[in-house]
Amino acid sequence: MQEFFQLLVSGIATGGIFASLALALVLIYNAMGLVNFAQGEMAMFATFLAYSLIGRGMSFWIAFPVTLVLAFAGGIAVQRVVIKPVERAPVLSLVIITLGLATLVNGLAGFVWGYVPRSFPSPFSSDSIDLAGVFVSYRDMGVIAVTGLVLLCLYLLLQHTTVGLTLRAAAHHPEASRLLGVHVSWMLALGWGLASAVGAVSGIMVAPILLLEPNMMQTIIIYAFAAAVLGGIESPLGAVVGGLIVGVTVNLAGAYVAGDLQLAVGLAIIIAVLVLKPNGLFGRAAVRRV
Amino acid sequence: MNRLRTAPPRYWLVVLAVVLFLGLPTVTSSFVASEWGQALTLAIAIMGLNILVGYSGQLSLGHGAFMALGAYISAILVHRYHVDFLVTIPIAAVATGLVGFLFGVPALRLSPLYLALATFALAVVSPSLIKRPAELTGGVQGILIPQPDPPPFAGDAFNAVTGTAMTSDQWIYYVILFCTLLLFWLAWNLGRRRPGRAMRAIRDGEVAAAASGVNVAGFKTLAFGISAFYAGTAGSLFGLSIGFISPDTFPVSLSIQLLVGAVIGGLASIPGPLLGAIFAYFLPIESNQWVPSQTWIPDQITSTVKNAGPAVSYGVVLILVMMFAPNGIVGLVKAGYVALNRRLRGAADRETGQLPPDPQTV
Repeated sequence: MQEFFQLLVSGIATGGIFASLALALVLIYNAMGLVNFAQGEMAMFATFLAYSLIGRGMSFWIAFPVTLVLAFAGGIAVQRVVIKPVERAPVLSLVIITLGLATLVNGLAGFVWGYVPRSFPSPFSSDSIDLAGVFVSYRDMGVIAVTGLVLLCLYLLLQHTTVGLTLRAAAHHPEASRLLGVHVSWMLALGWGLASAVGAVSGIMVAPILLLEPNMMQTIIIYAFAAAVLGGIESPLGAVVGGLIVGVTVNLAGAYVAGDLQLAVGLAIIIAVLVLKPNGLFGRAAVRRV
Repeated sequence: MNRLRTAPPRYWLVVLAVVLFLGLPTVTSSFVASEWGQALTLAIAIMGLNILVGYSGQLSLGHGAFMALGAYISAILVHRYHVDFLVTIPIAAVATGLVGFLFGVPALRLSPLYLALATFALAVVSPSLIKRPAELTGGVQGILIPQPDPPPFAGDAFNAVTGTAMTSDQWIYYVILFCTLLLFWLAWNLGRRRPGRAMRAIRDGEVAAAASGVNVAGFKTLAFGISAFYAGTAGSLFGLSIGFISPDTFPVSLSIQLLVGAVIGGLASIPGPLLGAIFAYFLPIESNQWVPSQTWIPDQITSTVKNAGPAVSYGVVLILVMMFAPNGIVGLVKAGYVALNRRLRGAADRETGQLPPDPQTV
């Protein structure tokens, strides 16, 4: 039972990581009805940037926000250069373009940093603390705290500031927002920037657990897909809840069923949700215009 | 005879291509023939993807997984049950096709975006799924596939033409070429007859197609089945050609490579997959040979290009093609041909009713 609770806590920690990446997917889905297949690779690239900054002697807690700012700028740049010219293309073209982007970013990271896995410094000690018989590592608590804080900031930004309001308005009613004087195109860019920054959090949090290499996020993105689909792909709250559920499920399955089938659990969740409840836990039924 | 004389020039292009491919192993080394054989297996798989994406408008990012299925069915039959390889090719193709058909049923309920997501997940997960039943699939070690000797009739004919004995690589090349020609011919017939028309109608407007009496669900699942049939054949031949398969033979990047080939060549066209396959197969090989041969490029960059080069160039090519030439090489050639015709014939062309180029397919 004690082991179960320990797995539960570390599952919530990994779930928080999945949730951040899933939230990044949801932000872009809401902005333009597109799943960004490059989200994981962009996060991986940002993590490499953080790695370089730390390698130059910067402390983790300075490198972390600096990387988020860089990721934010990078997200905006990607939207301006790659996505904006094809905004009106059919969704299949857009998916192929984001896949191309994923391949490109992956290759660039391999080009700059190589494919040898590197260990990424963790800002938290690996000791554990005894909480009523359950050993919880500082690392897990740190990850939960950081991702929780980032999600809270994002929530406050989206729901309680004017920028957040315009952002949501531009995503839901582009035409009406444009008439009201919102720069819809720049709001989309802002959405890409935010998504990129939130995704970078997941990369930086997961890198100490896995090893840092260009293919690091390839499995994480599958769990993030599962989380986003489970929560209902347009719901930010759903992404967080979905992320936590996927994190705990995968952790438990890894311990009790089979370690090498963890990734298959992600696939199983995606397919089960899409077949049984395509709108996810918090999504609304899609109304199709003919 | 009259029909021959009036045949449009593209038929002569087909004849020329077939002759070139038939003659290729007689003038090159056995190794080059085997490389081209592998490019042709990619062409088969890309044709399958083309039928699914180009004609029926459903996106699959997991065709590498279907290739793996076909390859493993063939390899297991050969390795454990000592079935002749040629017999296993249709078995693998049909079995993979059935699996694809079944996969197409839940896929019906998914929007294109979700389908892309699910198939991408399938592609990422499939290597670890293959490793699992280790005694059947050989786990991480994979399965060796013995190379068949050419049968006497083929060996004699080859000897008569070139004066050298036929190697098994050359024999496999001809097996692959035969399958490619057959499957491309089938795809051509499929595309211009009822199923192809129905699929394109679904792609361009599902509701309109249903209102016109097209069985939308039936043709969408059929497209999935046919597409998987092609991928299964390709996988089976691919395994035979390289002589060894393991879970790492079918990584996610293979699925991406297939997509690159389909997009580059031109979706919803018959020559497109062939051109795309040649591009997608030879780009990394040629760049790996070209870059080290350039002395002005530092050694350190050479070694990273070897690993990262294909990914970077595939990514750039995918993005640029989707942005500027959504119908790929074939689309560019067609547009060029139409423009050239207009230029040569002048204004009179307007009366001949030259059809506008095909609409953008994705």
